[in-house]
Amino acid sequence: MSSVVGRPLAICVVYPDLLGTYGDGGNGVVLAKRAQWRGIDVELLYAPSDRPLPEADVYTIGGGEDGPQVRAATTLIEDGTLVRRVAEGAVVLGVCAGFQLIGRSFPDSADRVCDGVGLLDLTTRKGTGPRAVGELVATPAADAPRGMHGVALPRLTGFENHGGVSIVGPGARPLATVERGIGNGGGDGSEGAWSGRVLGTYLHGPVLARNTALADLLLGWALAPDGSAQGTVAELEGLDDYEELALRSERLEAVDAQVAGGWRSMVGRVRARR
Amino acid sequence: MTIRPTTASGFGSRTLGVRAQAAVAAAATVNRLSRALGRGSGTVAGGRVGLLVDPGLLRSLAVARQVVLVSGTNGKTTTTRLLSAALSGLDGMGAVVSNETGANMPAGHVAALAGAPDASVAVLEVDEGYLGRLVEETSPEVIVLLNLSRDQLDRIAEVRMLVDRWRTALGGPSPSPAGSSSTGSSAPRAAGTVVVANADDPMVAYAAATAPEVRWVGAGQVWHDDAVGCPACGGRITRPSDAHWHCDRCDFARPEVVADVVADELVLADGSRHPIRIALPGQFNRANAGMVAIAAVALLESAGVRADDGGPPTVDLVLDRLASVTEVAGRFSTVVRAGHPVRLLLAKNPAGWTAIFDLLEETGDTSMPVVLSVNARIADGLDTSWLWDVPFERLVGRPVVATGDRRLDLAVRLRYAEVAHDVVDGPVAALDHAGRAMVPGASMEFLGNYTAFADLRRAL
Repeated sequence: MSSVVGRPLAICVVYPDLLGTYGDGGNGVVLAKRAQWRGIDVELLYAPSDRPLPEADVYTIGGGEDGPQVRAATTLIEDGTLVRRVAEGAVVLGVCAGFQLIGRSFPDSADRVCDGVGLLDLTTRKGTGPRAVGELVATPAADAPRGMHGVALPRLTGFENHGGVSIVGPGARPLATVERGIGNGGGDGSEGAWSGRVLGTYLHGPVLARNTALADLLLGWALAPDGSAQGTVAELEGLDDYEELALRSERLEAVDAQVAGGWRSMVGRVRARR
Repeated sequence: MTIRPTTASGFGSRTLGVRAQAAVAAAATVNRLSRALGRGSGTVAGGRVGLLVDPGLLRSLAVARQVVLVSGTNGKTTTTRLLSAALSGLDGMGAVVSNETGANMPAGHVAALAGAPDASVAVLEVDEGYLGRLVEETSPEVIVLLNLSRDQLDRIAEVRMLVDRWRTALGGPSPSPAGSSSTGSSAPRAAGTVVVANADDPMVAYAAATAPEVRWVGAGQVWHDDAVGCPACGGRITRPSDAHWHCDRCDFARPEVVADVVADELVLADGSRHPIRIALPGQFNRANAGMVAIAAVALLESAGVRADDGGPPTVDLVLDRLASVTEVAGRFSTVVRAGHPVRLLLAKNPAGWTAIFDLLEETGDTSMPVVLSVNARIADGLDTSWLWDVPFERLVGRPVVATGDRRLDLAVRLRYAEVAHDVVDGPVAALDHAGRAMVPGASMEFLGNYTAFADLRRAL
């Protein structure tokens, strides 16, 4: 278990020089600020790919292009720190390319199979359809991790942009069920995956800015006392999240309205045909 | 200095084939219709119809013109405008046509060219994704390549994909058969295309490296984050100073330049220094002006334009002509709202917003309110995640108002940057809100992305 007694909570944005094309560096900022605003001593580390990965309590891995994704995976495997820290209880958030590369394998631009870091039982292959691009809304699975006091995560909102299709294996669990969008894209309607304290998703936004409950879940894991059971979430002071909540409801309403509009036009077409 | 031409280029409908003439006529009809129906200026709609009638229309319209293409992620519109200003009214250069409305895809190019049959020079802003097609169909004399960085990732390809496409497009721009046939003049295209490229952007440097003739300009790079990995080998780009970069693994390095933009001067390779006196603000615009000077000279040379003394055209001749540009389609202009002068600024992506923040700091007054407006419509890109790549932390201490369709995304970003802000629905209401807290007559800045900027201008 990770201990943060006597030293700052370390949050590490992994290889921003390779990954983070879609503003995913913001996930590190959201975590650090939400800790800092609660009076928790925190340090935010940006870890370049040409240095050893620092010791940290939370690692965030962002989206990126095909070439840098392969390089990031190779470098993380060679470096070894991430795998060791996860075994010691560190928290990991992987987004998009960062989600794919913490799985078992993913394709490069020439569709060759590349080794992932293997933190999640997840296999990614190239999709055959068009790229998944657009707003993504998903309902957390019934067995998805829960926040403080066992409160379930609310609906997840974000923006997806990927060509890969990910299959969650028996060693991991899907994070959520897609309401709108594509998500993992493997035909089971799932979005994201998790196992232990490792969690991955296709949601950009950044995901933690749009889903502060998820941010606090990751912080709660990282701050859980040494020796506590898997899934224990530390008590965190509440924050005044009215701007995040306003953004969430605006985004969810925009997508719900689109869905409703889609139904209306479909009904209209059926009526017209009759 | 006076200029005399050694070539005369004429262009009229005579040089268009029957099909192209029909296509131009169809385009003109659509333009009249769409204007009459009040559906915008109609230029793009007309261009689309023209291309439907004759898919080869762009090629036909570009024949016998001297063409300059301007592309890159940021600064295209301004650079195109400056280049037009530099070339317009020069003895011997003929009339200049440009897609000034910013319609930078083929339909927009067709519309601009069809609307100016007598212009012998075309300065065309080109969307990054269409550079290959434009090179192929217009056989340009000069191509200006400014920079490449992340922009609208849901719509435009990722940076490295663009670099590869540019590289293919520039690898051998050759005179097209149509380009050299009909006029039988001195055919300057045979001399080949001159690429004027920013040596400080490794992505541009890699893309342009295969072109037959490149004049490299040290125009600076605002945003390094998309050029950390070497595009040639995947190694790391190292920057020992602002004026140099190289890969730590292969021999890819900053190419040797013909000119450097240093503060407000253009310094040529021979050491001579030439003042860049422009009315537009910001270091990025001085850099654009430096690129324009080298590009304009290249075109003048290609057109065979000489000075009276028979010597080559000079950068000073060009640089002296740029001060007349005081705004670009409303950008950098100042409007007065409720007694407060408001400077209107537009930026579309992290590099653009970073450059504008540099400009705000250049101005020096940190008490000046900044109204920020962000939309996420098709033309802007639907994904607002890019806001988290913008260093909003630099606005700490300034009064900030967030508006636009996506003001809530902006508000959350500002919260995590710890920038105090108000959120107001509607850009004009946002200006008025900021104005109420100010002393009478005090100035403010407005910064919007593409459609947010257009929304404000329409509303004022």
